[in-house]
Amino acid sequence: MHYESPVRNPLILGDKSYTDITNDIAKPVESKAPRSWWIAFSIAFVMFLWGVGCILYTIGTGIGVWGLNKTVDWAWDITNFVWWVGIGHAGTLISAVLLLFRQKWRMAINRSAEAMTIFSVIQAGLFPLIHMGRIWMAYWVMPIPNQFGSLWVNFNSPLLWDVFAISTYLTVSTVFWYVGLIPDFAMIRDRAINPVQKHIYKLLSFGWGGKAKHWQRFEEVSLVLAGLATPLVLSVHTIVSFDFATSVIPGWHTTIFPPYFVAGAIFSGFAMVQTLLLIVRKIFKMEDYINIEHIEMMNIVIMVTGSIVGVAYITELFVAWYSGVEYEQYAFLNRATGPYWWAYWSMMTCNVFSPQLMWSKKLRTNLIFTFIISIVVNIGMWFERFVIIVTSIHRDYLPSSWSMFSPTFVDIGIYIGTIGFFFVLFLLYARTFPVIAQAELKTILKSSGENFKKHHDDHGAH
Amino acid sequence: MGHTKHNPIVRALFNDDDVVLDAVKDLKSNGFNVSEVYSPFPIHGLDEAMGLARTRLSTAAFFYGLTGLFFASWLTYYTMIMDWPQNIGGKPNAYWFLNMPAFVPVMFELTVFFAAHLMCWSYFAVNGLYPGAKAQNPDPRTTDDHFLMEVELEGDEAELTAKLQELGALEISKVEA
Repeated sequence: MHYESPVRNPLILGDKSYTDITNDIAKPVESKAPRSWWIAFSIAFVMFLWGVGCILYTIGTGIGVWGLNKTVDWAWDITNFVWWVGIGHAGTLISAVLLLFRQKWRMAINRSAEAMTIFSVIQAGLFPLIHMGRIWMAYWVMPIPNQFGSLWVNFNSPLLWDVFAISTYLTVSTVFWYVGLIPDFAMIRDRAINPVQKHIYKLLSFGWGGKAKHWQRFEEVSLVLAGLATPLVLSVHTIVSFDFATSVIPGWHTTIFPPYFVAGAIFSGFAMVQTLLLIVRKIFKMEDYINIEHIEMMNIVIMVTGSIVGVAYITELFVAWYSGVEYEQYAFLNRATGPYWWAYWSMMTCNVFSPQLMWSKKLRTNLIFTFIISIVVNIGMWFERFVIIVTSIHRDYLPSSWSMFSPTFVDIGIYIGTIGFFFVLFLLYARTFPVIAQAELKTILKSSGENFKKHHDDHGAH
Repeated sequence: MGHTKHNPIVRALFNDDDVVLDAVKDLKSNGFNVSEVYSPFPIHGLDEAMGLARTRLSTAAFFYGLTGLFFASWLTYYTMIMDWPQNIGGKPNAYWFLNMPAFVPVMFELTVFFAAHLMCWSYFAVNGLYPGAKAQNPDPRTTDDHFLMEVELEGDEAELTAKLQELGALEISKVEA
């Protein structure tokens, strides 16, 4: 019954029992934070405060404090927005798409990947809100009856589609995450000794008791949510790409944007998952659960999606040439050889060339190399959005209005602030939430645990 | 679900999922009524062995999704066609159907939004889960590595106890209903 082919590598290393899993996963929640956690948290918190200051300054003074000008009227704000939304995509891909494909290795990483999704979509959501200028009018994006005559939001606009896509994505990801968290919160509740802790986890666990009927519903709900989240995640970045693709700017008006953006999103998201998990497994000693097998699988996804992104870049170039439209051709020539050539070639190097190194098994199972590539990919994906956005508009149809973009300290501060905010949330999560879906993981212990697999091999199946 | 009020129940604690599953099958085939099993993780095939009906949450989710789709259709019709039609980028707005392709993203998102959220609310409601609810499991070890089975006591207590021991129960206790 609990049999898996010996060809597959074990997913849980060491001689583990169900209680060992419980203990290992409850440990970071129950023990004091290591010094490294406090150092990381302090740095992230200072970055966050700096970002808050810059956001308040922007709101108080107006978005004139950014480096935008008449020609480049969209720059870091939308770049950061797309970057953060893209990073979020890997979490849903891991928890939903890999669930539908019955990839058991997702179980060790889905909890943290989905936390990353939620926290990065929060960062993404900040940018359109700030860019509105009058953030207190943000509710105007909702289709609500109002006092201005029957003026409604414009459902023909991709920017409004984005409002619906991002808010659906954020809220659905949150409930998906929470439904999975409830049994794990119950586990912590049932072993908590400190009364305050017990009370908090009692609140969070909603009274979960693991009844047979409830588990049956849990599995059904997880499956249906995965089925809903899969097209949802694809739709979100598709709609983000519509923000550009439905416009008539050369370099943006491209039909390959939806799949190209989705592949890029998964690519950057997996890189961020790698960055985070390589740290988490080290600090919380989770190497037995998030092992080389998991890292290698994620590296393969990075390699494949990186290659898709590379094909998309080359297709774009080809189509620009083949279209015969001189403005389209110039937009791409300008990207690669114009004043922003360094951004274009940084993007090419980081996103297309660097993941190809993952063809080597030696490299893709090397932790330090993986960590470096994961950072490189995220830098590259930031440049991709910068290249698409800024280099497409900085030289428009009228050469007299051509200009360059240079960020002010406020642009930089807000970006750094969102990185800080993201890590503040993630670090708080890592100390208070079960970072691995332990209930799910226990279901594969007998089939994919090293000790059980070894036992099968020695004594035959069963 | 749940046991009837009349019969007392016997609780048996196990420490292995396969043993529990075999025990449930054995007891069922011998005419005992296994009314509940508390487990730290879903046991594959347990619902079938206990004779639980299939959950209807996915059917509910389908209809919740349809509700979202109809809501989005009505919303776009009311705001964009009926209440204040405007010529936006030359898109046809004489009939909802003509303008509909531009509404597909919103219709899709609201379908997913309704299906996912209403299904989760239903899930919480039918399971009696809410913030601060009392833990439903009688034994806290069942969220770690133990499995607690509840069997209705209809006949001889000693017979059932002996049976449970034979099936691998570690602890057995009787609870008056």
